[in-house]
Amino acid sequence: MSTDAAGLGRVRASAFVAPALILIAVFLVFPALWVVLLGVTNYRLTGLAAADPEFVGLDNFVSALTDGRFLDSTWLTVQFVLGSAVIGQAILGFTLAKVLHGRVKRFVEGLVILAWILPSAVVSFLWIALLDRDSGTLNTLLGIPGFPWLLDHPMLSIIVFNTWRGTAFSMMLYGAALGNVPPSHLESARLAGANGWQQLRDVIFPHIRGHILTNLLLISLWTFNDFTPFLLTAGGPDGKSEILAVHVYKVALQGGELGYGAAVSTVILLINLVVAVFYLRLLREQR
Amino acid sequence: MGLRKRSLSAVAVLAASGLALAACGQSGGSGGGDAIELTITQNAISGGKNAAAADHLTKWLIPEFEKAMKAKGKNVKVKFVPNGVDDEQYKTKLALDLKSGKGADVIDIDGIWAGEFAEAGYIKPLAELVPEADSWDGWAQIPEAVQGLATFNGKKYALPIGTDGRVLYFNKTLFAKAGLPADWQPTSWQEILDAGGKLKAAGVPVPIQINAGTAMGEATTMQGVLPLLAGAGGEVYSGGKWSGASQPIKDVLAFYQKIYGGGLGDPKLQQEAKGRDKSFAQFAEGKIGILLEGDYFWRGVLNPQDGVAKMADRDQVVGYAKIPAMEPGKGIRGQDFVSMSGGALRTLNPNTKHPKEAFELLAFTLSPEALKQETKGNVRITPRTDVNKEILTGDPLLQFISEEVLPLTAYRPPLAVYPQVSVALQEATAAVVGGTPPEQAAADYAKKLEGLVGGAANIAS
Repeated sequence: MSTDAAGLGRVRASAFVAPALILIAVFLVFPALWVVLLGVTNYRLTGLAAADPEFVGLDNFVSALTDGRFLDSTWLTVQFVLGSAVIGQAILGFTLAKVLHGRVKRFVEGLVILAWILPSAVVSFLWIALLDRDSGTLNTLLGIPGFPWLLDHPMLSIIVFNTWRGTAFSMMLYGAALGNVPPSHLESARLAGANGWQQLRDVIFPHIRGHILTNLLLISLWTFNDFTPFLLTAGGPDGKSEILAVHVYKVALQGGELGYGAAVSTVILLINLVVAVFYLRLLREQR
Repeated sequence: MGLRKRSLSAVAVLAASGLALAACGQSGGSGGGDAIELTITQNAISGGKNAAAADHLTKWLIPEFEKAMKAKGKNVKVKFVPNGVDDEQYKTKLALDLKSGKGADVIDIDGIWAGEFAEAGYIKPLAELVPEADSWDGWAQIPEAVQGLATFNGKKYALPIGTDGRVLYFNKTLFAKAGLPADWQPTSWQEILDAGGKLKAAGVPVPIQINAGTAMGEATTMQGVLPLLAGAGGEVYSGGKWSGASQPIKDVLAFYQKIYGGGLGDPKLQQEAKGRDKSFAQFAEGKIGILLEGDYFWRGVLNPQDGVAKMADRDQVVGYAKIPAMEPGKGIRGQDFVSMSGGALRTLNPNTKHPKEAFELLAFTLSPEALKQETKGNVRITPRTDVNKEILTGDPLLQFISEEVLPLTAYRPPLAVYPQVSVALQEATAAVVGGTPPEQAAADYAKKLEGLVGGAANIAS
């Protein structure tokens, strides 16, 4: 196979990709390096250290990795990703795509996609109205006025919220993937006496393995870095729903510790890379 | 990558609002020949937070100022950039604006931010920007203590907009139900707790609301910890040292425990993201018996005309009392009663293209005419003695504060590290409300304090 299918030659090919590479350098590589650089200073939003930041070496990283709040926050983020992305969105999305048919399917799909495309600010106000302890819709329906969902079960609340919010993507992706499973294979399996679970395990999953992994990769990373729960609980009460994206916002922008926030961001970046590499490895094994 | 996308998008939003401000402020020359364009910003918005201030600006001050400038032969256009958010968010936005060399020409800041903004170089001494600032004729009318709010390292960085004082508000209807007097004036903390107990017995849902926790931000420190600390005879900073796990701090935290551990307050309200707004609404609805707040609560919250939680019968139903010391004579300076005061400042953006005109606008907002007009429908304590003498006679609470409370009040230390210490104090109250014993919370606070103020040498225990 020719290595130069378009026949452009090295120089012209480079000229074509240059704009994209420059954009990536300016908006992705440079900010990333800048964050790493900030992470080794005591840079602050206000005060003396804002005018004249000092180099502090790895102090920020050491204090982040030994800080209980950061570790708690990481653990909460893991719960959030497992609960709302891997279990919630992926399973619910798959179930919706698999089970529903015909008119019901189109109706439910419409609702699910609506939850996905509404702006976060609007959606979070709706959910606050739903979960408010004094005059929330849910408490009125259940007849338990005063039950503080967002205070007593902050993680459960944001996990359910994010599942509701993000299921559409998984549903559509699985919907498309299921269309690719050859009906003849399913038919043969059924004739051979395979029950529902066996069909799922031996026919459907092998066909859509790539889709599942891609889906999990994307929603894990999106959820890992999702900031929307801040609009529901503001990380509270007392940090009980302070996932990493919220943690960074709080220390860097509200607390003004930009240097420390940058160090935490760098650590999060590394965690993201590890997650991405893990999924990509799995994907490659298949091919 | 994803992370940066998120946190950067947060920064981008803030930065974009900064750009928008800058676009308004510094795009001079668009239309109107060579009009000078100025922008002024406050955490106020018509129909929302501090609505009266926003309306005063757009309906009276800006037209009058433009007219006055025209009379001097200058074509000046002023634009108001409203905000209606929590003070912490407003501060973040301002800091980012100023850091990036943008922002409105005339900005309002809380007095307590002056130190850290000045150290960062975000604001400059007024005289450096406008030489005539020090000879402004208004200074003669502003008391020393109020001028001190705008002073950092001996230099004036802003004009003070006013000052305030904190009192205990109570609902006379609920008090009558609980058999408590309408002219209630507790003389010790125990009497507050006793009243709370009686209110509880009379079926009041939330007998006492004293702000706690981190969700309320500085409102916890200023309307909770610090007035109580003053009542226990302590100061957060005095004689060059910060107060660590001292007896007064422990007393304050123990008082919190008695309220929130004893069912006299609503611990959940202190944790909610919008807890302070909710406490306002609940007081207005007659669900809270006693609440510690500044005069803003009377002017801006319960105000029957334009408050955020209007109370039509405010003048009949709401009583107020001085905050007692823990026990008579136990407060700072041996006082029986205590309070805390703060005050907002109005200053110039050092990046302004028209410092002279911007200062004229700044000074105009604090001229006697402007202050009298501003306070016509909504009285507050202005920085000017000449104006106060005329306007405060109409409002019993403000007269009470200016005559009875301001003489015994105290101010926060104007130091850059204070806001971080304040957060540590908020966390200590959050811990106590959440069930941590006061001794433990005080020890945790002292440990955190060491990291903030540079070691144990700067802490008095």
